[in-house]
Amino acid sequence: MKIAIASGKGGTGKSTLAINVAYLLTRNKISVCLKDCDVEEPNCHIFIREGRSNIEKAEVAIPKIDNNLCVNCNKCVDLCAYNALAKVPGKVLVFSDLCHSCGGCTMICPVGAITEISKEIGLIKNKRTQKLQLITGELKIGEAKSPPLIKKVKAYPVNSKLQIIDCPPGTACPAVSAIKDTDHVWLVTEPTPFGLHDLDLIVKVVRKLGISHSIIINKSGYNDNIIETYAQQEAIPIITRIPMDLKIIQTYSAGGLIIDIFPEYTSYFEPLINFVKEKIH
Amino acid sequence: MKIAISSEGKDLDSNVDARFGRTPFFVIVDINSNDFYAIENSKNFNAAQGAGIQSAQNIVNQGVAVVITGNCGPKAYKVLSESNIKIACAAGITVKTAIEHYKNGMLELMGTANVAGHW
Repeated sequence: MKIAIASGKGGTGKSTLAINVAYLLTRNKISVCLKDCDVEEPNCHIFIREGRSNIEKAEVAIPKIDNNLCVNCNKCVDLCAYNALAKVPGKVLVFSDLCHSCGGCTMICPVGAITEISKEIGLIKNKRTQKLQLITGELKIGEAKSPPLIKKVKAYPVNSKLQIIDCPPGTACPAVSAIKDTDHVWLVTEPTPFGLHDLDLIVKVVRKLGISHSIIINKSGYNDNIIETYAQQEAIPIITRIPMDLKIIQTYSAGGLIIDIFPEYTSYFEPLINFVKEKIH
Repeated sequence: MKIAISSEGKDLDSNVDARFGRTPFFVIVDINSNDFYAIENSKNFNAAQGAGIQSAQNIVNQGVAVVITGNCGPKAYKVLSESNIKIACAAGITVKTAIEHYKNGMLELMGTANVAGHW
């Protein structure tokens, strides 16, 4: 089972929640793998100081043209749906940042002038401690597209049947790639006009994807009614609330785990643990 | 010699379109005979990505020597320059005037892309 932790707005507390929930699950003897799919700014690893990461390069295939073999038939250029190829006198130009690695050009070339080479798009870091396994995607600086790396992180084989996917904020391709094919989405929001506005956007995305979802109000306590009214109107359950609390803020600011430093606060996360237990049993 | 002009319309009285990749039309003019025709660029006008590359490819396929347009990004520039096509800069005038200006050496030639690439 895969549970995505998403939000339209950035900074609502997705990673903080993800890491605390993941640790609490293992403490409840539920094996879980946390996958950090916020590949442009992966942060979950900062909470886990122990252990060492096994680092692999993440690569995609791009075409390499042998212009001496090319017979100028133009089939590859005509086929490419992403406009990543152009035929100019004497050669075919490859614009690799537009390539979607479909392999079509290599297949259609009648003379075998196109081969595939690897292009590094980032790193996948596999960190396993006694308590938790964390898979992190880290996009290479300057790389235009994050979804290919997000897909690789999601497909990375792990032993745990339960996976928590920490998603990037937003509502476009990166967020959709991370949320897609999960079984449930926890939508983290904050009770502000900004939180509400972007919650509504991400709700539209998960509805379009047809995935069940529930709301987590983080920084709760001052203006919750704006989220409550919305949740009622849209018939979306609010699964739990994490209070706006100085102790939580201080713990987060120091890169600490809330459930470690203030065990009494685990009660705020209990509904999430119970949700998982119900789903997997 | 043929010249391609990014254009808002299909004839010589149309205005030059400042966009290269997402111009609605290219007017192709033979400056020796003054014959002209227009090619539609609607497919690239609506392309998700690579409009500049594909528009440049179409221009290469037309066998033109010069392009007159407002802005040209790095990828389109690469395709055109690799094909030895010159790029002249014009905007806010008609296709007809742009050709006259080109003939009189009044248009600046781009030595590099004049706008940044985007995805």
